[in-house]
Amino acid sequence: MATPPLPSSTSTTTSVLSTASSLADSLFQRSLDDLIKSLRSDPSSEPSIISRALSEIQREIRSSDPLTKSIALQKLTYLSSLHFHPMSFAAFHTLELLPSLSPQTKRLAYLAASLSFHPSTTDLLPLATHQLHKDLTSLSNPSSSPFLPSLALHLLSLASSADLSSHLAPDLVPLLSRSSPLQPKAVAATYRVLSLCPSTVPVLFKPLVDCLSSDNPLTVSAAVGAFCELSAAPNDPAPYLPLAPEIYRVLVNSRSNWTLIKALKIFSRLVPLEPRLGSRIVEPICKFLCESQAKSLVLECIKTVVTCLHTHTEAMRLAIDKIKELLSSDDDPNLRYLGLQTLGMLAPGHLWALEESREVVAQSLTDPDRSICHEALRVMMAMTLQENSIENCTLLVRQAAKSDPEFANEILDSVLSLCSKDFYELVVDFDWYVSLLGKMVRIVHCTKGDEISRQLVDIGLRVRDVRPELVRVARELLIDPSLLGNHFLYNVLSAAAWISGEYVEFSKDPMELVEALLQPRTSLLPTSARAVYIQSVFKVLTFSCNSYIDENSSLLNDTIIARMLSLIEMTVGPLAESEEAEVEDRVMNLLGVVRLVANIKDLSGDKDKDGMIYEVVRAMYDLFSDEMGPVSANAQKKISVPEDLDLKENLDDLSEFMSDNDTTMSRSNPSILFYPQSRNTSEEVEVGPSRVAESTSLEEHRKRHGLYYLSADKESAEPELTKDYPRVNETLPPSNGDTARRVKVTKPRPTVVKLDEGEDLAASSSLSTKVEVAKDDTLSGAIKEVLLGRKGNGASSGFDASSSSQGKGKDKVKGKEIKSKKSEDGESKDRHKGRRKHKHKKETMPPVSVAQETPVIQDFLL
Amino acid sequence: MIRAVMVISTQGKPRLLKFYEFQPPEKQQEIVRYVYGALSGRPENVSNFVDADSIFGQGTRLVYKHMATLYIVFAFDSSENELAMLDLIQVFVQTLDKCFKNVCELDIIFNFNKLHTILDEMILGGQVIETNSDQILKHVDDIARIEKSSSTTSLVPKSISARFGR
Repeated sequence: MATPPLPSSTSTTTSVLSTASSLADSLFQRSLDDLIKSLRSDPSSEPSIISRALSEIQREIRSSDPLTKSIALQKLTYLSSLHFHPMSFAAFHTLELLPSLSPQTKRLAYLAASLSFHPSTTDLLPLATHQLHKDLTSLSNPSSSPFLPSLALHLLSLASSADLSSHLAPDLVPLLSRSSPLQPKAVAATYRVLSLCPSTVPVLFKPLVDCLSSDNPLTVSAAVGAFCELSAAPNDPAPYLPLAPEIYRVLVNSRSNWTLIKALKIFSRLVPLEPRLGSRIVEPICKFLCESQAKSLVLECIKTVVTCLHTHTEAMRLAIDKIKELLSSDDDPNLRYLGLQTLGMLAPGHLWALEESREVVAQSLTDPDRSICHEALRVMMAMTLQENSIENCTLLVRQAAKSDPEFANEILDSVLSLCSKDFYELVVDFDWYVSLLGKMVRIVHCTKGDEISRQLVDIGLRVRDVRPELVRVARELLIDPSLLGNHFLYNVLSAAAWISGEYVEFSKDPMELVEALLQPRTSLLPTSARAVYIQSVFKVLTFSCNSYIDENSSLLNDTIIARMLSLIEMTVGPLAESEEAEVEDRVMNLLGVVRLVANIKDLSGDKDKDGMIYEVVRAMYDLFSDEMGPVSANAQKKISVPEDLDLKENLDDLSEFMSDNDTTMSRSNPSILFYPQSRNTSEEVEVGPSRVAESTSLEEHRKRHGLYYLSADKESAEPELTKDYPRVNETLPPSNGDTARRVKVTKPRPTVVKLDEGEDLAASSSLSTKVEVAKDDTLSGAIKEVLLGRKGNGASSGFDASSSSQGKGKDKVKGKEIKSKKSEDGESKDRHKGRRKHKHKKETMPPVSVAQETPVIQDFLL
Repeated sequence: MIRAVMVISTQGKPRLLKFYEFQPPEKQQEIVRYVYGALSGRPENVSNFVDADSIFGQGTRLVYKHMATLYIVFAFDSSENELAMLDLIQVFVQTLDKCFKNVCELDIIFNFNKLHTILDEMILGGQVIETNSDQILKHVDDIARIEKSSSTTSLVPKSISARFGR
């Protein structure tokens, strides 16, 4: 009989065991180096080594010995950082080690925290607040090193939440305002805190502004960097306009290229808001452009000039010269890459400069460097206008044929989207464009079949004049059996087949077309494409028969029609058994017609033009010769729902409706059919008459429910009516004056049918940008408040105090804010006086008017 | 700002990763795979810039340096200057070189913590704070000295010394 062990003895055992195991852990713990070594010694069993290490770590990290714990944490940090193992389970242990007295352990803990902590992964972050506060303020003890605050700043900048930021913001102030090696770090962390938590602006913004005039160049650099980030998109740069004098001072005084670059970046955002700033900064920029040895600074000057100093011809000339210099640096691909990048930024204002470098750009398309190719393609796109579209696009497509698959498709993509933009605005010669589309299809790596097919059909519908060429291009595609094996091109072939059928009247040889449409390899096509092929055969056949009857085609004689019929019957016949409804349905239709018109041959002797067969053939031909126009995507929306229409009504009584004329007409009313029942052979009943009747009943339906149809002139058939489509190119805006010289249009641009503005796809993009701008209002709003002194006396008076000690530049900052442009005109002489006055008035001014005014830096600008 | 600093071996293994905008581990793995894919296909003697729009967001680029068996990669956005970033990589490499006397991949592998220390003296929260490799090295040495001076006091783990002291 077993006696339960005494409780006391159990506890002793476990405690002995636990101390023993923790002792063993401490003595035999593997270090990070051991772990790395074992991982390297046997890379194949990496997963098992890692899982063993993780289980060790899970045990060790609970150890009471801080060193054991810290080594475990170190290993875990390593595995988490470089082997992507989640370490959220150790968050609490990490927190435990943060207050450690050993600097080594403390740093390990901070590293672990900064790599793994984030509001989205741990909710323990608030527990770090006190420790961070302690470490941030540890400098109050003069003997301490900047080590601790530095750790805390790193964690704060990487893993902070808005809450943590707002709690710790006051601790940053002393770090910001005392010149020390920590100051730049504090500035960088302040940027993160500000962007995370805009409510800290009143506390942090003023000290941050003061850092711009610090004696420590690193602090200035960091501060300019911080403002550069704060003013970057999607933030609104407007609130930083009052800082322009400060930044300008940095721009002319600083000797660090890093700082200058950031200052230029800020100005390139401010100048569009206040163009007069341009004339202030253009001088130092030109100086840098001419004198600086630092390529990075020159590059930044170029960028600033081309983004915001277009009106300064001298600067522009310098910048363009420098761009050309970059482009011609054959031995440094980086400079060529950046040259292309900046060259692209010149569009659309200075297209002549792009044209001048055309050779280099075209050459760069063949560069072994993909990044350079990309930029060259971008520049090509930017410099393509109506005048040079043929030249450029032909060049690009030729280049695509020589490029590797990925880049080839990128080129095709760009050309396709560029040319189809705004209803083919760039395309002058549509014959050229459709044959270009045809060439694209022939490029071996082409995977853009969907878009090409869409455009082929779209152009067919919209541009009447191009149809003969379109049919020619389609023929080329259809007669090539090799294209049938490429699944990327099925849609193109399908579109080509549709075009050939729809515009068969432009076909030179219908027989050849039928042969192409029925070639054996069409069996490789997917059902949907096949259905289109067969339907096109149907159209070609009806067209051919009709022309044959009317004797208006020399190509179609008895033998050809007979060959066509037998070919169709022979190749399509077996498909009648097809399991695909789409195919089968169309095959049945086609075979029906074939058997019907087979009779023509019998009658060909007397050519009885009023005969029933002729009638049917003509009717079917008429059916297909109706022109299809493009339909606006918004057409449905344009019809208002009639008042008496209840869309939610139960449709039970529809059966009553169905027994009405609707059904009888299409199914059995013989008076509608002009085809006598007696002549029907088996299939014809199904095919011919029902199709005809369908259209008749449709008309009947339209008569009765005309209200629900689109207005007839847009989509109904009369070919003449298409003249009523608004013509897009009649109101084409004149193209850019810069490059309008080289127009050499040989023939007038054909009409492109365009329905309404609602169809315009490009218009949709403007919406999204608006939403983004609104996003960051909180931060810029908070900064505006501080800078304009609207809220919080403490902040604004502090700003005043500092500015008076800062001398001229800053004095002007606050003077400007309440002055409107107009009030300033003509009072430049006693401006100084006015400024003082305003300064005192500021407190009493109604805050609303302050907020509404755009900050204008009058004194600085005049 | 700088979005990330990565050191990836030519075998595709990450040797140092620091993201200045938080990325969960799965995303980090995806980024490393993408970056390695983008860089490993590039021939020698081409430019050092690669677009990174699809992985770091609109307007971001990678700048990299291929050194022996390592790619040193910085990801940055439009607030940084391309050539300045290239210089910064140079500063980083110089610092490593000075620190490890002709740095090689093994140094990077076995000095996980030191690498982070060096990087942290150069970049804070995506902002460049120091670009002088000597200064960086000096700060790193200072930190090492602080750690050393305190660790000499307890060579033996506390749990053991405490136990033997009883």
